Amino acid sequence: MEVQGESWLTTKLEPFVDWAQKNSFWPLPFGTACCAIEFMGTVSSHYDMSRFGYEVVRFSPRQSDLMIVAGTITDKMAPVLKRIYDQMPDPKWVVSMGACACSGGFYRAYHVMQGIDEIIPVDIYVPGCPPSPEGLMYGILQIKEKIDRERKASRRGGKRKGEHAA
Amino acid sequence: MPPEAAVALDPAAAIAAGFPEGSVVPQEGPGAPTDQPTWVVRREVLRDLCRALRDNPKTRFDLLLDVCGVDYPEREERFESVYHLYSMPRGRRLRLKVPVAEGDARIPSVVPVWKGADWFEREVYDMFGVVFEDHPNLRRILTHDGFQGHALRKDYDPARRWILTEDKIYMPKLVAPPGRSDSMFERMTINIGPSHPAMHGTFRFVAMVDGEEIVASEVEIGYLHRCMEKMSETHTWQQVIPYTDRLNYCSSFINNVAYCRTVEKLLGVEVPPKAVWARTILSEFSRVMDHCVANGSSLVDTGALTNFWYFFQVREEIYGLLEAVCGARLTVSACRIGGLLADLPPDFVARCRRLLEFIPPLIDDVEKLIDKNRIWIDRSVGIAAISGEDAVNWSWTGPCLRASGVAYDVRKAHPYDLYDTVDWQVPVLYGGDTYDRYKVRMLEIRQSLSIIRQLLDRGMPEGPFVVDDPHVALPSKEACYNQMESMIYHFKLIMDGIQVPPGETYLMTEGANGELGFYVVSDGSGKPYRLHVRAPCFPIFSTFSDLMRGHSISDAIATLGGLNVIAGELER
Ligand code: SF4
Repeated sequence: MEVQGESWLTTKLEPFVDWAQKNSFWPLPFGTACCAIEFMGTVSSHYDMSRFGYEVVRFSPRQSDLMIVAGTITDKMAPVLKRIYDQMPDPKWVVSMGACACSGGFYRAYHVMQGIDEIIPVDIYVPGCPPSPEGLMYGILQIKEKIDRERKASRRGGKRKGEHAA
Repeated sequence: MPPEAAVALDPAAAIAAGFPEGSVVPQEGPGAPTDQPTWVVRREVLRDLCRALRDNPKTRFDLLLDVCGVDYPEREERFESVYHLYSMPRGRRLRLKVPVAEGDARIPSVVPVWKGADWFEREVYDMFGVVFEDHPNLRRILTHDGFQGHALRKDYDPARRWILTEDKIYMPKLVAPPGRSDSMFERMTINIGPSHPAMHGTFRFVAMVDGEEIVASEVEIGYLHRCMEKMSETHTWQQVIPYTDRLNYCSSFINNVAYCRTVEKLLGVEVPPKAVWARTILSEFSRVMDHCVANGSSLVDTGALTNFWYFFQVREEIYGLLEAVCGARLTVSACRIGGLLADLPPDFVARCRRLLEFIPPLIDDVEKLIDKNRIWIDRSVGIAAISGEDAVNWSWTGPCLRASGVAYDVRKAHPYDLYDTVDWQVPVLYGGDTYDRYKVRMLEIRQSLSIIRQLLDRGMPEGPFVVDDPHVALPSKEACYNQMESMIYHFKLIMDGIQVPPGETYLMTEGANGELGFYVVSDGSGKPYRLHVRAPCFPIFSTFSDLMRGHSISDAIATLGGLNVIAGELER
């Protein structure tokens, strides 16, 4: 996008949509455990995620485009997570916050899913147990980069998020 | 039967003597638990014995603290159901053990005696497959309905998973009570959760409503059952500490203390004064944090968002202190068996003092906004009220019980660490409703701050931060590098873990939600044979559907936060 003079802005539709998307995610916090407490810390006044335009936390999957899975997902919870993910409209992104969501963490156990990527695709893995708020923010900002990268790839004929093969 | 003299002295023994020969046998002599009297009880007399122990004015075991199972595959009667009783008026404890064989694992339920037994027994059924006869709703509680086998049996592979398919998801069949003749409404069943903001992430509440009024409901939990107890059996005693962090993750430090104290008791280790001092201070700060989350979330559920930011600011500041002590904010793992993880930072006292300056104005602000707030009063006074007697029967402890007029606090009733050396009160209120649960926590925050202030004034004790015993605590790095012996100790501790002598014990600590108990059994190997957590919010939450009968859904939402149910601790 280029700003021309004082009141002109020329762009194409695609970069414009990308720009809007990457600067105003509406996150759906799928918080189940300790990581959810750090997620709350991240959106609270001290760390204040709204600085990046990500404060519109939505608990309805139909109104959100970024799922943040914060906490351990058990086998009992798995079908719920899958259903909520399926209900989110495209394009959508997933951040897996913390060791548990990424890999089951130190619960190599009979009731714990060994990473949410067993059932849903993950865009960004944020390590830590729990990740610090800075870590989570860094992870979310990586999605921004990812949108840019995908756009470049799509110019070269690749697929963009939410696009289905023709 | 107990000897005559003992019968004369101990009223509980007198009750036991009234049962047929051999049906109630005290465990005595070498190898018997020494922490509290323990009786081995035949199942045939269990319910009568329990009723007698509860009702006899000389014993009054009115609180069933906990029921858990233990599996001893080599014994003929393989499973043992262990009951921990407490007598509120007398401050006495008693443990009952009921052994049963695998082919005939049936025990009469004690729900008719203590309502709080409901979920405890379901958990034993889920984990061990012991059937409790006449239980009102005996089905799995923590694992899902596609699960097969019983996970805490010794022959169950800790990593064996079962996948839950959509068709197996449990849907409660609520039985409607007879309809009211004056109701104009159609009955409707509403499912809330598990992924619903008001259900704090992991609870599921299914309610049948008649218009606005809840007429029947059921709570489904287990969505965060992380197998903590099974995991502890596969890790060394030291490695269990991080698992305890993640029980009540709003006040991890208290869990660390509770667990370490239990193991220290089994080991007979004396913790150095500096560590005891720091443990007390940090436990109280953790309690403040926990109460902030409980009150903050219960207020935010009713729309009072501003307070949430105030409370979280308190937490952020305390996180700063914890981070300085151990490097982590939330999951601290700051205790070690025998003391602390590391020496305290040089500015520890200064930081604590700064917090004591910083926290009270924020708490004052919240009180100014809330205490007389019309909306909050309308939504909380008289809502989900429970009498002290009922609360005890439901096995409640902690601030929720103290809001119902029962002044039971482990720190006062069975003082540990430094609680008997400082001057503080147990706040008690009598309404038993959501408002009083909020208010008790606010009062407790101030008591905690006062305890901390007194301890700081006393000054930091000199000396080591962890016991000087190479069988328990790691030697310092310098010693490891320079002395052969220390290096060997280090190696042994890391590879084999602490060798805890065989035995069993139950030890209670006042957690932020109530009595946090660890029941541990050691067989002398380097790992816990069995570790069970008496999670304070477990019995509290079991009351939820009973509490909400006659209230509306919006009341249920306003109540949940005040009960402070933390999934990690509830489901372990
Ligand atoms: S990664 Fe750690 S902090 Fe996060 S949910 Fe898992 S155990 Fe809790």
